[in-house]
Amino acid sequence: MADARVAGGPGDVAPPARRRQAHPLVRFLLHRLGSSLVVLLGVMVVVFVLIHLVPGDPVRIALGTRYTKESYDALRAANGLDRPLWLQFVTYIGHALSGDLGTSFRDGEPVTMTLLGRLPATASLALVGIVIALAIAVPAGIWSALHQGRASDAVVRALSQLGVSVPDFWVGMLLITVFSSLLRLLPSSGYVPITEDPVEWLRRVILPGTTVGVVAAAIMTRYIRAAVLDVADLGHVRTARSKGLAPRVVVLRHIVRNALIPMLTITGIQLATILGGVIVVEVVFAWPGLGLLVYSAVAARDYALIQGAVLLIAALFLLINFLVDVLYAVADPRIRLA
Amino acid sequence: MTNVDASKPVPVPLPEAAPIAAAGTRIAAWRLLLRSPVTVASAVVLLVLVLVAVVAAPLVAAGVNHTDVLHALQGPSGKHWFGTDDLGRDILVRTVGAAQVSLTVAVVSVAFALIVGTAAGVLAGYLGGWVDTVIMRIADVMFAFPVLLLALAIVAILQPGMVTTILAIGVVYTPIFARVARASTLAVRVEPYVEVSRTMGTPTWAILVRHVLPGISGPVLVQTSLSLAFAILSEAALSFLGLGIQPPQPSWGGMLFTAQGFLGLAWWMSVFPGAAIFVSVLAFNLLGDGLRDVLDPRQRTVLEARTRR
Amino acid sequence: MTAPDLVLAVDGLTVGIGRTGIVQGVSLAAHRGQTLGIVGESGSGKSMTVLAATGLLDAPGAVVGGSSRFTDGGREPAQLVGAPPRLLRSVHGGGIGFVFQDPGTSLNPVLTIDRQLTESIEAHLGMTRRAATRRALELLEAVGIPDPEARLGGYPHQLSGGQRQRVMIAIALSCDPALLIADEPTTALDVTTQAQIIDLVQALQRDRGTAVVWISHDLGVIGRVADDVLVLRSGREVEHAPVDELFQQPQDPYTRRLLAARPRIRPVDELPEPAPATGEPVLRVQGLDVRFPVQTAAGRTVVHAVDDVSFEVRRGRTLGIVGESGSGKSTIARALTGLVRPDAGTATLGGADLFARHGRVPRSLRRRIAMVFQDPFASLNARSRIGTSIGEALPGLGRTSGGRRRVEELLDLVGLDPAYASRFPHELSGGQRQRVSIARALALEPELMILDEATASLDVSIQATVLDLLARLQRELGLTYLFIAHDLAIVQQMSHDVLVLQRGRTVEHRPAVELFAAPREQYTRDLLAAVPPERPAALTGH
Repeated sequence: MADARVAGGPGDVAPPARRRQAHPLVRFLLHRLGSSLVVLLGVMVVVFVLIHLVPGDPVRIALGTRYTKESYDALRAANGLDRPLWLQFVTYIGHALSGDLGTSFRDGEPVTMTLLGRLPATASLALVGIVIALAIAVPAGIWSALHQGRASDAVVRALSQLGVSVPDFWVGMLLITVFSSLLRLLPSSGYVPITEDPVEWLRRVILPGTTVGVVAAAIMTRYIRAAVLDVADLGHVRTARSKGLAPRVVVLRHIVRNALIPMLTITGIQLATILGGVIVVEVVFAWPGLGLLVYSAVAARDYALIQGAVLLIAALFLLINFLVDVLYAVADPRIRLA
Repeated sequence: MTNVDASKPVPVPLPEAAPIAAAGTRIAAWRLLLRSPVTVASAVVLLVLVLVAVVAAPLVAAGVNHTDVLHALQGPSGKHWFGTDDLGRDILVRTVGAAQVSLTVAVVSVAFALIVGTAAGVLAGYLGGWVDTVIMRIADVMFAFPVLLLALAIVAILQPGMVTTILAIGVVYTPIFARVARASTLAVRVEPYVEVSRTMGTPTWAILVRHVLPGISGPVLVQTSLSLAFAILSEAALSFLGLGIQPPQPSWGGMLFTAQGFLGLAWWMSVFPGAAIFVSVLAFNLLGDGLRDVLDPRQRTVLEARTRR
Repeated sequence: MTAPDLVLAVDGLTVGIGRTGIVQGVSLAAHRGQTLGIVGESGSGKSMTVLAATGLLDAPGAVVGGSSRFTDGGREPAQLVGAPPRLLRSVHGGGIGFVFQDPGTSLNPVLTIDRQLTESIEAHLGMTRRAATRRALELLEAVGIPDPEARLGGYPHQLSGGQRQRVMIAIALSCDPALLIADEPTTALDVTTQAQIIDLVQALQRDRGTAVVWISHDLGVIGRVADDVLVLRSGREVEHAPVDELFQQPQDPYTRRLLAARPRIRPVDELPEPAPATGEPVLRVQGLDVRFPVQTAAGRTVVHAVDDVSFEVRRGRTLGIVGESGSGKSTIARALTGLVRPDAGTATLGGADLFARHGRVPRSLRRRIAMVFQDPFASLNARSRIGTSIGEALPGLGRTSGGRRRVEELLDLVGLDPAYASRFPHELSGGQRQRVSIARALALEPELMILDEATASLDVSIQATVLDLLARLQRELGLTYLFIAHDLAIVQQMSHDVLVLQRGRTVEHRPAVELFAAPREQYTRDLLAAVPPERPAALTGH
């Protein structure tokens, strides 16, 4: 009977230690990095093909009334459009990987520099947006899940449903109507870099940031509520209650802590979505970021700039997703210590 | 222990007394759906919206661009319920006319995404192997482009207009359906009733038609409803940017674009078209949620428990 | 048994959800150092009773009535029904420890073992974190976790199922509770691990004098652990007696039925004479080898599921394949039916190659093997009528009147009303659905029927009737079975030959009579020894 106290029967084996293989965390991240790179390559193919799908001659269309033989040839040569297709593709990939995204069809500036110049405005808008969204969604989502079925849950769910359904640019317009046109509290447009004048930066970022943040908060609240509900259903929560722990401990240590991992994922996805989705909000608030740049580039048929912006935003999306994977792997002991 | 052998008996609670039920699960699902007042209300709103688009819009079609500069920028009144815009056009008439455009774009583009995406997703999920890898990698690539950006890029290539808008939104929403269909197919594929069919030598097409498609219809239906909501939003955003529906054809997004110049002057120009977008999107979202409550088994038990009390 | 030993006294306990009474007036008592076994089939309300009595029930809308008095040592008895949350929290974990069924989900995956043990020690015994960790270490040693110091900083996924359940027991006993509630603690474990967990709890109980309430659907386990047994059915007490009386002189017909239906290993002299080894081999498997990649949280690993397995099945006879989880027994079935691709080996059915390398195995060949799966809920498409599901096995006949007649014949053959053809699966009970699955398999008129844990998720009384049906069909129709199960007793009952499988390899493969009379291999002996004995431990003098 004494041997009954030593674990391990014929069929009851702990997961085997793997031999001669990289650490599971490393393997996991290499795998994710690999698939991100494959997708990035696919993105580059699509972006490259984009310009060749334009009916007619994109350079000609872009130049429009400014057309001269010289400017036409110069632009074609600058973007390598006079060479064979396969060579164009190889050079495109090579240049793109080394940070050269071509020359703008309109002003002849290097696309990379133009994009980098616009990045801080978009980044500050996206970050303010995600901070506002987190400040609303985390408490609201957790509260509503822990009070499932009660009146406060119903209110949170209704509000998030409204937030998901409202067009973001309409929210922006309503905010401008109320806070700029009627109350004259905040400016309706323009951007000042935070390095120049932090107070003015804040005054100008509040309205567009709120527009972005409120819509994101609505989506995130729903996901966070669902994530917390999923965890609250798990067996270990019953175990925690069976230990007679204080409700606060059960909620924080056994429910919220476990739900942090899915929350992290949704935050990353949402940040990436904001980066790609700020176009309309930037247009409404005349916010000189990537979105406004893409908008004017489409209007001006500046294909090199469109290509570059699309590639940059897609690459940022992939990068954020990869970083989320890294954090996810580090946060979850099942991956970290498999 | 790596979970290889799925034969480990899982104790399932078996009510040995057969439950009394008169009809099939589908009818039961419809009944549950009708018991949720929110779902019924959103269905009614959508019905009204469809009636407006199909019956009312053609009636006012002639008047959507009737300008009356003398009565421009007038607030809501008995004559113009929603007021008039900067050219004196009636906002109510234009909002009604735009309903047809918005719904057409949403329905046709989502139908495209539904058919192409579901077919790709089912094939990827059921066949697996390289078919799966190729299809899902393409979907991954498409996912890397934010929705509006990809739509913008498509519009930049083709001429802006209704067909381009439909194509852009349809293409953008296709991978979502592919993912939903694939995930549900993977789940249905390993259901014992499908495996039994495979061991009996039932042809693949018969398994797909008889078991897989009905099995994934729930999640796909939910996704359809939610996608209709997002398609309306996307169309509005594109039209707002001047890259979707082109004037003189009225659209909610285009009306909001015009309203932008008169934000402090004429609130009705932005409030009514915006509210039209908001209400239609909300109705599709709520319907989607209602469908999910009934068609998602886990949430369904909650709903049943609630209705039985 | 004297009153001071009384730890838990439950009187007239009721649980209702809405207008349905789930538990209807159950009374029970748990005494120091004694084990009360509660046994019942699914839906009997056994877990509900104990959770309600201990104030841990969290079913929404459940209303608990009656009385449940808990006495911890010399303290005043506390009424747990309707007790304030504060009182319940001091009792849970401190005075009453809990062990639940599934060790895979009962522990928090993102907290260290140390934290999960110390948090209740800190809460109830007021120890510092350091002292609590010392105590946690002692507890891990006490429950037999090897290398406890290293395990303390580890996470649950690094432990096996049995080890996780040991940790759960350590948590439950961490504050020296007067009462231990064990709710199906071994149901998710393999039979050998189950035996170890039972021994562990009994040893700890002897050392500490804990009162135990052990809930199980398995009379064998109850017979092994309990001093007193309470039999529940549909939320009511059927019988309540000391274990030896219950097993020797069951008073209630339901208890008698349960005892009779229980699969048990029969002594050799009770077995029928082995049938002569006649009949040509229907299925011949040589050197079967299956590996497949498994996607885990951290990436892919390759599992060698079946490793060089050979056997044959003769016409009209049954080969039983028995093994614990992970033994590869189901993988063999899946390879034979084309659901997974084997890596090596040959299999012939009546001379035809089942693993044709080039080209696909013809449909006509596939249809000569029929398969019945474990889960009677998932084996039938919920959207199809019973007749349609069976008709799928009758291609070309499905919708004709001939097809309908055949479906009705088949339903009759498996003991169901032919009118069931127009019903949907959810209108049938689990046992009835499994009969439908058998009818569908018979529709193929197969040369070989593979039964993969076909009765494992049925209650014992239903399991017995389905096994009887299978035996009758074999006698009447001369069917050939490949009978796959984890339960040695039903394998013995059903099989002419038995193949014991462990981690993909054949341990022993002999006629059933010989194997059960004199197992050659240690593993087979371990398996047999782990099966709860037919008669309770109290009677056999252990």
